[in-house]
Amino acid sequence: MPLATMETPTETPRPCRAVLSHAAVAESRRWLDRLSSTGSERERAVAELRTLLLRAARFELARRPEIGAEREDLAQQSANDALLAVLGKLGEFRGESRFTTWAYKFALLEAGVKARRRAWHGREVPLEDTTGPLLIDARASAHAPAETTDLLAALRDEINGCLSERQRVVLIAVTLNDVPIDVLSERLGSTRGALYKTLHDARRKLRAALAERGFELDLNGWEES
Amino acid sequence: MTKRGEAERLISRVLGPAGRELTCEQCFAELDRYAELSLAGADADRQVPGMRAHLEGCPACAEDLGSLLALLNEQQQPG
Repeated sequence: MPLATMETPTETPRPCRAVLSHAAVAESRRWLDRLSSTGSERERAVAELRTLLLRAARFELARRPEIGAEREDLAQQSANDALLAVLGKLGEFRGESRFTTWAYKFALLEAGVKARRRAWHGREVPLEDTTGPLLIDARASAHAPAETTDLLAALRDEINGCLSERQRVVLIAVTLNDVPIDVLSERLGSTRGALYKTLHDARRKLRAALAERGFELDLNGWEES
Repeated sequence: MTKRGEAERLISRVLGPAGRELTCEQCFAELDRYAELSLAGADADRQVPGMRAHLEGCPACAEDLGSLLALLNEQQQPG
């Protein structure tokens, strides 16, 4: 994964293991010991881990009605890919959650990404989109109050004016056209993290440009000064 | 849903969260801890600063957390 350069919080209170029981910590330790061993004990542990990952992948795919006959294939692929990821990252497990919870997230990620990409398979992802800003007008401004209409107009102008082409493509696809970021990353040959960084930078630019125009933006709303 | 609500939601989606936020990689690294803290009723947002803002801005990561919480919840059900 590329190193992140996004401005991020520096304070992370730790630890949080207070929520884990001694039994849960011991169980995690057993998983690590068995997976780090050799011979038949390790083989059994790996087989058990794959079963657990497959259960998680099936759970994720069952939540997605858009996935049809290939559901079981995707679940098996997801379990295999997650197994490789977990075994390759055992050293990164910090013991701040149950081992099984830590492992599950890899299976859920694999299954979720595969499902999103499968759902968009064969669908066009507009990468040179000039309709996004128009969509802002069509969707929202017709019945909006005057101050909102002003902000929408300014937002549309700044999307066209202050963003790089790459930032505009990513912002419009993800926030206006509902393209899943994992689908976009596949089409653009990038990663979720890299594209989100692009989106984050685009949003920051837009916020700065709008503030310069006199709009006061906060999490819950905005005011024109 | 009011028209004003629609417009606000659209603007919020485009502009994303205002606060400092984690990256996708950091979010994934913290996902299991955050999920267990949430389920235990602890103050997960305080324990993992920047997580909430990222989840508000990144639908894919928010979906991943939703899936993990749902799976853990299901496993806690009796029977």
